[in-house]
Parts: sequence; C-alpha cells; structure tokens
Amino acid sequence: MLELESVNTYYGKAHILNDLSFTLNEGEVVSLLGRNGAGKTTTVKSIMQLVKPATGSIVFDGNHLNRLAPHQVARLGIGYVPEERRIFTDLTILENLEVGRQAPRDGLEPWTVESLFKIFPNLEERQNNRGKALSGGEQQMLTIARTLMGNPRLLLLDEPSEGIAPVIVEQMAATIMQIKESGLPVLLSEQNLHFARLVADRAIIIESGEKKYDGSFAELEANPSIRDAYLSV
Amino acid sequence: MTSILQVTGLTKHFDGLAAVSDVSFEVKRGELLALIGPNGAGKTTCFNMLMGQLKPTAGKVEFNGRDITGLPPRKVWRLGIGRTFQITGTYPSMTVVENIQMALLSHHRRLFDFKSYAHLEYKKEAINLLELVGMPEQAERACAILAYGDLKRLELAIALAHEPSLLLMDEPTAGMAPRERIALMQLTADIVEQRNISALFTEHDMDVVFAHAHRIIVLNRGEVIASGSVEQIRNDAQVREVYLGGGTLYQSADGSADGEHSHA
Amino acid sequence: MGLIFAQLLTGLANAAALFLVASGLSLIFGVTRIVNFSHGSFYMLGAFIGYSLMQVLPGAIGFWSSVLLAGVAVGIIGVIVEILVLRPVYKAPELFQLVATFGVILVIQDLALLIWGAEDVLGPRAPGLKGIVRIMGEPVPKFDLALIAITPFVLFALWYLLTKTRVGILVRAATQDREMVGALGVNQAWLFTGVFFLGAALAGLGGAIQLPKGGADLLMDFTILASIFVVVVIGGMGSLPGAYIAAVLISVLNVFGVSYLPQSTLVLMFVVMAVVLTIRPYGLLGREEKAGEHGQVGEPELPIKPASLTIRLLVLALIALLACLPFVAPSFFTILATDVIVFCLFAASLHFILGLGGLVSFGHAAFFGTGAYVAALLVTYVGTPMELAFLLAPVGAFLLAIIIGWLCLRLSGVYFAMLTLALAQLVWSLVFQWDDFTGGDDGLVDIWPSAWLRDTTSYFYFTMVIGIGGILFLRHLAHSPFGYALRASRDSARQAEATGIHTKRIQWVSFAIAGALAGVAGALFVFSKGSVFPVELEIAKSFDGLIVVFLGGVKTLSGGVVGAAALTLVQDYITRFEYWRLALGLLIILVVIIAPNGIVGSLRKLAHWLPFGRSKST
Repeated sequence: MLELESVNTYYGKAHILNDLSFTLNEGEVVSLLGRNGAGKTTTVKSIMQLVKPATGSIVFDGNHLNRLAPHQVARLGIGYVPEERRIFTDLTILENLEVGRQAPRDGLEPWTVESLFKIFPNLEERQNNRGKALSGGEQQMLTIARTLMGNPRLLLLDEPSEGIAPVIVEQMAATIMQIKESGLPVLLSEQNLHFARLVADRAIIIESGEKKYDGSFAELEANPSIRDAYLSV
Repeated sequence: MTSILQVTGLTKHFDGLAAVSDVSFEVKRGELLALIGPNGAGKTTCFNMLMGQLKPTAGKVEFNGRDITGLPPRKVWRLGIGRTFQITGTYPSMTVVENIQMALLSHHRRLFDFKSYAHLEYKKEAINLLELVGMPEQAERACAILAYGDLKRLELAIALAHEPSLLLMDEPTAGMAPRERIALMQLTADIVEQRNISALFTEHDMDVVFAHAHRIIVLNRGEVIASGSVEQIRNDAQVREVYLGGGTLYQSADGSADGEHSHA
Repeated sequence: MGLIFAQLLTGLANAAALFLVASGLSLIFGVTRIVNFSHGSFYMLGAFIGYSLMQVLPGAIGFWSSVLLAGVAVGIIGVIVEILVLRPVYKAPELFQLVATFGVILVIQDLALLIWGAEDVLGPRAPGLKGIVRIMGEPVPKFDLALIAITPFVLFALWYLLTKTRVGILVRAATQDREMVGALGVNQAWLFTGVFFLGAALAGLGGAIQLPKGGADLLMDFTILASIFVVVVIGGMGSLPGAYIAAVLISVLNVFGVSYLPQSTLVLMFVVMAVVLTIRPYGLLGREEKAGEHGQVGEPELPIKPASLTIRLLVLALIALLACLPFVAPSFFTILATDVIVFCLFAASLHFILGLGGLVSFGHAAFFGTGAYVAALLVTYVGTPMELAFLLAPVGAFLLAIIIGWLCLRLSGVYFAMLTLALAQLVWSLVFQWDDFTGGDDGLVDIWPSAWLRDTTSYFYFTMVIGIGGILFLRHLAHSPFGYALRASRDSARQAEATGIHTKRIQWVSFAIAGALAGVAGALFVFSKGSVFPVELEIAKSFDGLIVVFLGGVKTLSGGVVGAAALTLVQDYITRFEYWRLALGLLIILVVIIAPNGIVGSLRKLAHWLPFGRSKST
C-alpha cells in the first residue's frame, strides 16, 4: 500500500535519510523505531512531502508522492499526526475537527464527529472549549481525532507517547488498538519500545537514516543484540 | 539538612481557573527533589512562579530565608538560583562557549561594558564549565547547529555559571534518547553532590525520576497529592491512579516475572 | 447640540472608508503575518479605478456597481501581487516581505501616474444621494447617512465569514499554523491568495466609496497608510470590531479637531494612539502578542567575530581611496560621496537596533530628522555656532529616543514596529503643522557650516571622520559585552532574563544610542545641504532606511552600510529617468526574490561555494 524505495533526504548539507526502503501493507500496523535523531520524524515528513526527498520514490496506492504538495498527499488519504501535537489552540474542539474534515472515501465508512466522540469521550464533554484549555493528553487525542476526520486510508503517527504521562500512554495504546480494529493501517514512529510492541505487528528499526531491522517483534526479542545496538533502551 | 527553598501556599489563577492551588513544600540543602504529575498538573506554572516568570496569585516563596515572591527572574538569578527550561532557550547566533560567557559577563556585571571584546572575556571559566558537562570540543561551534541533547547539556552549563546554590530544571531530559537521559541526570546528581547544592526538577521519564530523585512530590490538577521517598510514591494508590497507571504497559512489555515497574 | 450631533455623523461617515481599508490590512496580517505596506496603494487604486468606471457607468446603479467592481478589480490586483511578489518570499525572513511590499508601492505609484496622470481627480457625487437632510436643524449629506448604514453590515458580514463558515475556520487555523493546515489536506496557498483578495478588495472598496467625499490623488496611498496603521494598532491587530471602534474614534475626533483645534488635526490622531497604548498596550480589543509565538523564520545568523587583519587592511585601503576622491573626481562626486556616508551612518544606526537587537523600528527617520531640526532651529533662532549645534543635535535625538523607546519597548514585534511608526508620524506632524516655529512645509533654510568647513572638500573630510567614525563605533559595540547582551535579548529574552540581563534596559539604551547616531547623521545632513524640510522625518525616509538594511542583509554586520551605499548610488543614477519609481520598485522586488539574504548575505553565500575566501567575516 505504501512503498518507499531508496529515499534520500537532506536538511541543508546533513544527510538524514540514507537509501531508506520499506513497505507497509493493507491493514498492517508497523512501528518505526530508532533513537532520537535516527530519522523517524524525517521519514514521516518525507512521506507527507513536508520535507522533500532528494532522490528515491515514495508510492502510495499507485500514486507517486514525490513533488506533490503536502495538501495533495493528505487528499490522497494519508493522515498525518505530527510530533508536537500542533492543535489549533484558538479554535474550539469542534472547529479543530472541522479543519481536518475531508470528503468520505469510496469503500470506507466515513468518520463523523459523533463516531469520533465514541472513541474519545473526553473530547465530547469539552467540544466547545478552545484547544488551549485542554490537557496535554487531551490535545494528543484531539490531534488524532482531527486527522481521522479526513477519512484517511493510512495513518502516520509521529511519537504520540512523547511527553505524555504514563497513564495517558496506556489510554492511547487502547485507542490505537481500536483504530487498528477498524482496519486502518498505521505507521507509528516511536522511541518507546514497550508502547510500540503493544500495538504494532511489525518493527522497522532505523539508525542514521538507514534501515537496520525489518521483522516481527518476536524475532527482535530473540535478537537482543540488535535491540541493544540501535534502541539504547 | 537545612531548608534552602521554602514554598508556602503557592496559588495561581488564570482567568479565574486555578492552575496551581495552595502548594507548599521545601527543598533541603543537597537534595535532588522531583516534581512529577500529569500534563497540565501545574508543574511548569509552579516553576515559573518560583523564579519570577509568573507572579503568584497568592502564597510565598522564600530562598535562604529571604522572601523572593514576585521578584523578576533576573533578580532571583542574582540571588543564586539557576534555571533550565523545558524548551531550550540558548542564543543560536552565538557559539557554544559564548553562550556561557554571556552568563559570566552578566554575573560579573559587565553588561554595560562598551569597550572590551566580549568573546575574549571569561573564556577559561566558560571552557571549564563546558568540560564539566563533557562538551569542551564543541566550544567554537555555532549554537544553532547543536544536537538537542547537547543543547540540554549546554543549558545546564549556563545554569551553573554563577555558582548557584539551587537549580530549577524543567523537564531536563525531554526529547532526549533514553541513554542520554540517564547520563544527563547522573551528571546532574553528581554535580549536586559535589557542590552540595540542591536541585528541583520536573520529569516525565519515571526511569530517571526513580533512579535519581531523593524525594518526590506529585502534583495533580494544581494540588500536591503525595510526597515522599521513591518507594512511597511508587506504591501510593492515588498516584498510580492519576499518573503512573496500573503498570500493565510496562509489565506486559517487560515480560519479567517480578514485574514491579522494573524496566531495563 | 445639533451641530455636535451633525459632526458626530460626519465622523461616523468618514469612518466607513477608514474601517474598510484597515480591516483589510488587519485580515491580511492575521493570516499571512505580513504587514502589507502596499495596502495604501490598493486603496488609491480603488479610488482611481472606481473613478474611471463611474465615467462609463451611468446612474445610481452605475455608481454602486462601479464601487463593487473597483473592489473586485483591486482584489484581483492584490492576487497578482500575492502570486508574483509574495509567494516567492513567504519562506524568507518575515521582515523581508515588508521590503517587497514597499517595492509594490513604488511600482503602483508610477503606474497610477502613467494611467491617470498627475492631476487630482474630483469624485462624482453619488446619484440619488446628492442632497442633504436636516437633522436637528443641521445639514447632513444623504451620502453620509448611506455610509453610516453600510459599515455595520460589512463588519457583520466579515465577522460571520470568519467565525461561522468553514472558510473562516480554515483562515483562523492558518493564522496559527499554516503548515499543519496544509498537512490536513487544505490548499493553504490558495487560502492565502483568497485572504489577499479579500483584504485588497476591502481596500479597493474603501477607496471607491470615499470618492464623493475625497476624490483621488497620487498621494493618498501614504496619507491613508499612517491612519490605517493607527486604526489597526488602536483597535488591536487582527480584531475587526476593534478596527471599527478605532476607525470611528479617530474619524470623530478628527472632525471635532478640524472645528476646534485646526492647527493640530494631524497631531491629535497620534496623541490618541499614544494614550490608548499607554493604557492598553495591545490595543482596545487586541490580544497580547507573545514574543516568538510565530517563530523566527529563516536560518539563524552566524556567530560574529571582529574583522580579521586582512579585512581591516582592506577597509583601511578603501577609506584611503575614498579620501583621494576630491583630488581625482569633479566636486559633484564629492557631494554624492558625502550623501552616501551620511546615509550609511543613518542605516548603520538602524541596523544596530534592527539587526543586533531585533527591534524593527518603522520610525527611525524621526531621530535623523530631529538631529537635523535641532541643529537648524538652534542656528536659526539662537544663532548657535555650527560646532555647538552639531554637538547638541545628537543630544536632542538621544532624548527623543529615550522617550519613544520607553513608550515602544513595552511592546514587541509588530506592535513595537507600528508604535514607532506612529510616534515618528507624531513628530513629523508636529514639525509639519507648527509653521511659526519650524517653518512647516517651507522648512528651515540657510543653515551653513562654519567658515573652516564651508567648501565641499573640507566638509567631505569632516563627514568622513564623523560618519565613518560613527559606523566603526557601532561596529565595535557589536563585539562588546553590551552588544552581546543586546543579541542575547533578541535571541532569547526569556533565557537572558533568567541569567540576570535586564533585557528592556539593554534594548532601551541601544535604542537611545542608535537614535543619537541617527541624530549625528541628521546634523551632518543639514549642514551639507544648508536646509531641512519635513520630508526628512517622513515615513518614506524611515522606509528608505529599512529597505537598505534589508537589502544589505539584516543578518550581517556590514549589511546596513553596504545597502545604503548601493541604494544611494543606484538612486542617484535612476532618478534621472521619468518613471524611476517603477524601475526602483521592480529592482527592489527582484532583489528580494532573487537574493533573500541581502547583498552581503548573498555574497557570503557565494563566497562559500567558491574555493577561495571561506573564512570571510563580514
């Protein structure tokens, strides 16, 4: 469904992604693991075309994403949940959701405000509050809900557990499981191996922008040397 | 141990909403005290009132017996409190060493010096501080191109420039890789011990907190709900409910038999 | 009583155009964070286009459709400007875009001259609303009543659009985080263009609708600019109801001012603003603008080091070369070189607070002009010898900078910029309207230097010593602990405050130093020309300073000086042609688009790619 082929991305002169290739299949939750600065966020931003890869191809459902603008990528059905939450703090929860709304897609049950409030009951209680009145955890939930309003066919989650209280991380894991059950594939960028293992089917480990491991968590378990070398847990 | 910072009834209202209400605690000399709690519990607000970035609605902050409530940050700093921020605030247009020289120039009250070359002043002292945090080889690099973890260490060096007797560190390890986090807190703990100073810090990474804090205070919705030793806090039912969680996440992930929050 | 009520109505009617234009400015600023200097030009175009249409379209329907069509036409012109000029520079440092919009002003000025000629045109009166009605015995034009009725509808329509529609929600979201809006599937480029259309159209409407009252002329772009800035600042940036209240307040006060204080109509507006901002720093309905809320755009500047020996020798050689000028070139060049040095000192003083301090002052000409006027007034009234007048001129500018700095530094960012502009206008309007003392529009003449400096060559050397000395002093200051503290306050005020630096005080002192040196430049200027006129205090003069600093390169130490030298020389050449504004405007826009790092910044980038000169310090 999503295929990266020899992607190279630079920030100025710094080479961030180095010939990165991987695929993500229909209905799969894949976790992109690696330490800080390994290139996880850049991978996600490269897919969204928020940073432009210099070479390589990124194909989503047969569409070449290179050279598209971020909003065109989003309209193809890739939903992006950024690292630093980035909700619109001056807008109410309902208005935040409205910004994310896109037309329903063929063959998918469209998300509505009502169906999202079932998954995120906290947001319903505070639907007319402005974003800035929300706690960190609620803001993170709102970011996810806002992206789901765009009826994505693939969800990119960038470090959703960063800076969140452990108890909220547990809730988040439960939420992602629910989303997973709806059949939506997810690419989850994470540093927290415990969290990733709970929700993901497959792990991809990157280091200095290169892929170092691609396989099941069980295999990773059996191979502590990889884990210790690249994850520094 | 004598008390160095005494906080009594600290309260802050924003538009009528209580962000921090009636918080009291003390920091003792030589103590590494952690302030933890969920997002929005009021930790940063609390910090901002201690150092004067915010004026409290009510309550009192005393440092070494002197009332510092409502003093602006620069005056609090001169009394001997150093601070690092959740989001680093270094000077990107200067080199790494100049960032520290700037704090030293301020400490020696040389800000209105129109004559000297700033980059030559207090250079040795600045390099010494960089050595302390283990990055002397980066002295001449532009601060703007430092990696995040290095910025955090630089901030610590800056905070130590005026030989403070108390450090306030707001999420000192946020955004760092796990191994870096442990190293930075170890460094902080060593400095606190060697210099017999105190540190108050907020943190989300429980590994860091449990490994280094001498004592922990837990905030929730602006109120202190528990305080005590690491063991007491770990086993506190209320803290588990609002903050630490049931531990299922870590236990199942660890797969270890004893399971009691022991993650590598 | 009747008279007062009638005057109140006139004020309300005058507020209509002012509100339309100001709301457009506020809207564009809210979403794009661009302070659109060319907004006054859109207003002027609206007036001229509306006038031309009214010549063709007859009757009441023709009049009102002309007004609407003028709005649409100006909206389309706004779109063209946005796409051609601003899109390429959205990624450039925020304030560079100001310079681009200033280029647009110049271009539009000459295009309007080309199309409509230099004559003022009288607006036609609105068909069907030509007469007057008597209210409490006083005559009130019917057209005024129509204007009073229309404005609240526009306000309501804008409010509804922004708060109740999807487009409005997207616009408000984009105000906060453009990139995120794009990543959620919204084509934010078109959202920006749409906002620009609306903002420009409102300005065009304002220009067309005031035709029956004010007509159209080529100066109206700058005339309205100061007023709409004042309105937007008093109301609070981004607040439409605030803009309405402020427009009414200013217009009504103006009407009463004309009747009761005819000598101070211009001053009044700025006094009101100063009072409002002293009590409510962010305007009547504005929200506090947190510093750094919108992030610094562009790469941070490089660390600075004092110039290497090679560079110092090079500069010394250049100065020596300059000193030979009177011997090898006709005296015309000596005069030009004097002008260049004076302007370089002015630009360097602005660069000091703008580049190193991050304090974008839109009113730096106030200090230049004050320096010039203090010297001129002393010579004229007290017969002060030149030497003493020369010493007292910077003192005057320094004191003014202390006052203006104190008022403005309580604010930051755009508010700071707007307030400096308005206070500089206050100084200008004082000089302009206080005929008896300052000579008003006729200026002060016959201000010549002492005998020993009377000839061109010796005055040139005098200018060289003082001017270059001032520039080198500022440059040295940049490397001193004080200069570092100033940069620290700009880079991170929070960190600076948390390490004992009283940032506002540092900025205040630097503001005063910059003001004093601009005053020195002003004194050099007045004795070289022998006269001074209010134009030396005008917005355009402040903008000249801003342009050269940006063109030279904000993030380089020598940017101001290099930009000033370049612009003065180019201007000297180009003003010989009839449509030089058009050429200069296009040149400025081109430089902004092609070399967004400024001249020095671009040269440095270039040098970095070439094998030699990697260690250049500029």
